[in-house]
Amino acid sequence: MGDGLPVDLASDEAKQAFYDALLDDDPSALYERAPCGYLSTLPDGTISKANQTFLALTGYGRDELVGRRSFAQLLTAGGRIYHETHYAPMLQMQGTVREIALDIVRADGTRLPVLVNSVLERDENGTPLVVRTAVFDATHRREYERELLRAKERAEVLEARATMLARTLQQTLIPPTPPEVPGLDVGAAYRPAGNGEEVGGDFYDVFQIADGDWAVAIGDVCGKGVGAAVVTAQARHTIRAGAVLRPQPCAILDTLNEVLLHHAADRFCTVALLRLRLVGGSWRATVCCAGHPPPLLVRPGEEPVAFGGFGSLLGVLRVVNLEDAEVVLQSGDSLVLYTDGVTEARDGPDFFGDERLSAAVARLRCPANDVATGLLDEVMAFQRGDPSDDIAIVAICVP
Amino acid sequence: MVERNNVVVSGAPGGQPMLFAHGYGCDQNMWRLVAPTFEDEFKVVLFDHVGAGHSDATAYDPARYSSLAAYADDVLDICRELDLRDVVFVGHSVSAMIGVLAAVEEPDRFAKLVLVGPSPRYIDDGTYQGGFAEADIDELLVSLESNYLGWSSAMAPVIMGNADRPELGEELTASFCRADPDIARRFAEVTFRSDNRADLARVTAPTLVLQCTDDAIAPISVGEYVRDAIPDADMVLLEATGHCPNLSAPEQTADAIAAFVRG
Repeated sequence: MGDGLPVDLASDEAKQAFYDALLDDDPSALYERAPCGYLSTLPDGTISKANQTFLALTGYGRDELVGRRSFAQLLTAGGRIYHETHYAPMLQMQGTVREIALDIVRADGTRLPVLVNSVLERDENGTPLVVRTAVFDATHRREYERELLRAKERAEVLEARATMLARTLQQTLIPPTPPEVPGLDVGAAYRPAGNGEEVGGDFYDVFQIADGDWAVAIGDVCGKGVGAAVVTAQARHTIRAGAVLRPQPCAILDTLNEVLLHHAADRFCTVALLRLRLVGGSWRATVCCAGHPPPLLVRPGEEPVAFGGFGSLLGVLRVVNLEDAEVVLQSGDSLVLYTDGVTEARDGPDFFGDERLSAAVARLRCPANDVATGLLDEVMAFQRGDPSDDIAIVAICVP
Repeated sequence: MVERNNVVVSGAPGGQPMLFAHGYGCDQNMWRLVAPTFEDEFKVVLFDHVGAGHSDATAYDPARYSSLAAYADDVLDICRELDLRDVVFVGHSVSAMIGVLAAVEEPDRFAKLVLVGPSPRYIDDGTYQGGFAEADIDELLVSLESNYLGWSSAMAPVIMGNADRPELGEELTASFCRADPDIARRFAEVTFRSDNRADLARVTAPTLVLQCTDDAIAPISVGEYVRDAIPDADMVLLEATGHCPNLSAPEQTADAIAAFVRG
């Protein structure tokens, strides 16, 4: 405090005189011209005292208020309801209310937004004596709050629009159900990370190359959101276009690598691409994996095995190291393609991991849709329904 | 039900049930100065409407609670679950009409109705004077909105030292008259835009209307309207101002109810 005083008030004596002078501030001026409106009201609500500041704020004469009106009568009708249903009960039950926003109707009919604090004084028996109310002009604050409210409403509209956009986009990248493949049973499951408001980076696709010649792709573009969606769309279409010219999986992914390198966006992706050809009554599966976990081949009575190599990521290196692997499928075999959202699902420090995955696919039985959704359910249960990464699963059963 | 509506039972276990229902804005604590005076003779049942007080707010379904009928159904649910019969229903403010709807739905369950500050319709309609215009209700909704803005940070509870004083303790202060803003807004709309005038004539139970002399929400003329429209109804005028005589004049309120319900 001493630092704030004028130099000639630095002595103790002078300081005391200064404080005394402050204390001598005329109590009636202190009340009448306080920087907020003051009201005293009787327990029945009648105004018993009002200061000059309150009269100046509201435009009423003292005679119009004291003994004649209650505080509630000065409020808008809506404010009166609020006063009766919230303010008065809280004051009765708590003895005090603070920062209540109300509108006072001035003498000239205009509205004065105010913030109000009240204290209820009781006598020693607990009988209410008087309510003291401080009234603050809140015109500017209320304008600011309205702007905040409008901004909040705008944000909610935009958020809803963004969510809808994400869902629509997602649906174009992830077919809700894979197409019917004659002679095969194909099922899929997909769950985006979080609450699904953002487009995920995982995708899958099932499409026909020629008669008895099909492609199944599953992939994961790094990141998420619109940027990832653009790359996802590009990857999907490149694979489809590439399959027409050079239908061997690794050739297609080689093309995709070049396309991604030419694309300005600095995003890489992983893909497992499977070609299924009906040759001499059997399905011949050729797989090429580019930085993606290889599909699991499940044969009756055998442990599931990874089928295919790991290969290079796409969109990073000029020259990628990719290798096609081939297997002839037999009746009762199934293939499960998945993204790392499955194996990297977490429960605290534990990952779902390869062993749980292997055990699950060995246990789950065709049809393919039951395998895909059954695995998704297990992964979701493992991470307690809160996926931190997208999950995509495609299962293929050979009848 | 008991959990959903935070039902609290006290008083004489074998006594006639007295079911107290709170109005719009706050919760069952509105009855804390009145209900205990009936515990000697009655089984006193208090509850919070869904969305108020310590009810289970997750049970609030906007579609279901879009009319007072759902609140009346909740009252009947509570009666069934606790197997309450011969019920004295005491409803404050909007709960007066909720009680009317419940009593019309299952007349045999209710022995008597006490309606504190009732209004079958708040908005003026032709010659009927409810006391409010449509625009007033819009204004209330705005008022609610601007107050909840400041409530996100929660008002610090102020504890009054004297235990004899009727103020609430810390825990209750934290929740009293505070509800999810979205629910509060919807309940306000349902409350203040309802019209239950036609239901009054179908009440068969003996009914007491408790009316304050100076009530900004339900004026005397509205109390008289309710008294005249219910076939077997009396009105007692309380020398109290405001809409909440259960808080501002608890003795008078309790005395008037006692004179009506005690044999």
